Amino acid sequence: MTTTAYRRHLELDPATVRRARSLARRAGRPIVQLARAHTTVSVERAVLRLAGLTGADPDGTPWVNRLVDAVRADVGLDHGVALPVWDALTRGTADDLAALAQKASAGSVRFRMPDGSGARQAARAARRSVNAGIRRIDTRRRERERLVKRLGDPPQRPWIYLIVATGDIYEDIPQAQAAAREGADVIAVIRSTGQSLLDFVPEGATREGYAGTYATQENFRLMRAALDDVSKELRRYVRLTNYASGLCMPEIATLAGLERLDMMLNDSMYGILFRDINPIRTFVDQRFSRQIHARAGIIINTGEDNYLTTADAVDAAHTVTVSQLLNEYFAKEAGLEDWQLGLGHAFEIDPARPESFRLELAHALLARELFPKAPLKWMPPTRHMDGDIFRGYLLDGFFNLAGILTGQQILLVGMMTEAVVTPWLSDRDLALRNVRYVLNACGNLHEDFQPAPDGFIAQRARQVLAEAVDLLERITDDGLLNAIADGTFGLMRRPASGGKGLDGVAKKSSDYYNPATELLEEARP
Amino acid sequence: MSGRSIVRPYGDTTGDGMVQLSFTLPVPHDKRAEGAALQLAEKMGLDPAMVVHAKAVGPAFTYFIVYGRVSHLVDLSKVEVVERDYPLLSPKEANLTIRRGLRRRLVVVGACIGTDAHTVGIDAILNVKGFAGEKGLEYYRELKVVNLGAQVGVPDLVASARREHADAILVSQVVTQNDAHIRSTREMAAAFREAYDEADRPLLVVGGPRFHESMAADLGVDRVFGRGTTPGEVASYLVHALVDSRSTPYRERTA
Repeated sequence: MTTTAYRRHLELDPATVRRARSLARRAGRPIVQLARAHTTVSVERAVLRLAGLTGADPDGTPWVNRLVDAVRADVGLDHGVALPVWDALTRGTADDLAALAQKASAGSVRFRMPDGSGARQAARAARRSVNAGIRRIDTRRRERERLVKRLGDPPQRPWIYLIVATGDIYEDIPQAQAAAREGADVIAVIRSTGQSLLDFVPEGATREGYAGTYATQENFRLMRAALDDVSKELRRYVRLTNYASGLCMPEIATLAGLERLDMMLNDSMYGILFRDINPIRTFVDQRFSRQIHARAGIIINTGEDNYLTTADAVDAAHTVTVSQLLNEYFAKEAGLEDWQLGLGHAFEIDPARPESFRLELAHALLARELFPKAPLKWMPPTRHMDGDIFRGYLLDGFFNLAGILTGQQILLVGMMTEAVVTPWLSDRDLALRNVRYVLNACGNLHEDFQPAPDGFIAQRARQVLAEAVDLLERITDDGLLNAIADGTFGLMRRPASGGKGLDGVAKKSSDYYNPATELLEEARP
Repeated sequence: MSGRSIVRPYGDTTGDGMVQLSFTLPVPHDKRAEGAALQLAEKMGLDPAMVVHAKAVGPAFTYFIVYGRVSHLVDLSKVEVVERDYPLLSPKEANLTIRRGLRRRLVVVGACIGTDAHTVGIDAILNVKGFAGEKGLEYYRELKVVNLGAQVGVPDLVASARREHADAILVSQVVTQNDAHIRSTREMAAAFREAYDEADRPLLVVGGPRFHESMAADLGVDRVFGRGTTPGEVASYLVHALVDSRSTPYRERTA
């Protein structure tokens, strides 16, 4: 069935909403300055990937890692790799990037920082090479736009988002195609456990992962091609999602753009909080990766649902709102538009709590109306799924009802066997029937739904917004990095001086040059 | 339980033996498929069996819900329970037990030792993100977790253990080429025995997909965890070994 456009239900005070946004901007701005002043090994490797360097040495270490490490050893990271690398190429040290990477890892090339006309020449050559990669991303974006125009978007909102996760890309493909035939509009391929902590992107098609499949350029390509086939068969463009978060955000974002992925999990703080990745590393990587997503026309999905798996979903509701506001600020600063902001939230309130469903509705409506143009991502219950599959099926029904009633636009389908098994064929079928029943029974119920202006739901939404504003005020006073260090989000304490990947961060020198950032930023209005 | 030791499943009448089950067969939905479902149910001991629901899942599969009466008897006197030798605790219970029994945080130092760069195991157990729907040890307020990451040398691990006053060492080994996991674990165990008096030595715990739980004595460690171990199991074991055995008895719980 088709669904009608959502209209507003809550009377949020516009002055409070403006205040919340301006506080988020104030909290985020110093972080953006920090991000602009630093680079990371992964940002520099992404530059080389845009310039076309692919492949890995016989040990499986990607050539981009080899080359960045070699440049770093000779001249440091603070100038960026573009000038030393293209200086070496214009000097005729090697025929192309691949040959240069091989020579560099054999130790037969010395890098230097060029100056004067040598620097200008190297910069021009670097810019030309990197621009070819950005143009390829542009081509892929136009290709998507053409396919969506020809095949069409799903007829209903929310889009139905299903996960596959076998560990073997060749098993994932038939599962993903089957899921699309059963009604999935978006397929997410879960990554192997712990990939977010690898400081390199594995190469090639992979058949062995831990509870998921490695994100590699070849796996991206294979899955996108398989979904293109099934999209044509179904006359509906089926979108593909993967995960950027982790130590290689800039590179994975680049590969996603090059292989026409459609959505990427990209949270501004997930890596810091849940993977103990250094905050500065994360914010630098996040900004670059989001600039790439913006250019590629990719919809990002943020990870606020994760906070509610560690902190209480009622007590911590306002931290979700704060994180959404920060994610929005960082995303827009990086050039993403409203339609690209799949801000996350989740149905994780303890079902034993009185009025839990009304509280869920209040939180969901608040997100909906605070971000009216963003395609919100609505995540199903996981924390209170306990193996009683019958109760779980009912809970998922209420989750679907809340999502549809409050106009959520990307609905991750909940499985009654959550926490029991990886979804069986029948679990997925039952889960989709659950969604279809609710959509069919009351897809347009929002037309008749008007919470009392001073009723429980409206008051709760206002309360959460007020608590979010209070927290943002504290954050702007203390600084976001201190707030993160103090355990404000998800109860995790993460100091800016700690965490993984800090050794891959460098402060930019005055002669730093990154043609990718230059090209991405000058294109913006 | 009443005194009877023989029981049957209970639907709505004592002794009716009724059970429900659901399954999928890789056949298109038609009369034959329903017959196939009945055949399976009968072979499983349901007599009579009723297919109460059958539905096609795509062109090649059918999903069934079947009710039926089982003729089997359950003899309660012959039920054998294989219990883990420690109770499974929720994070809340684990925290409470540590707070009461230890009166300070329990310190865990984790690492991948030797040449092993695969932190997937140690991260699944330690990172708050966790594994299999359970939060990692970082989530436990009363555990202080120091994750040293990959390729940590044994002398560095011993030094960190001393510096942090570790109560327990968690080592993950994924790489098994030439029995590297066995050799590095033995090396680690020997180093700790040399560096510490046996009474002060931290608890040595090792885990990985190729270890078997019975190998502990042979490797010189206190406990071995195999494939599929969850953070909750590890936390419960640590509490059991380091807190319970020394102090307050815990509330009995069947996992």
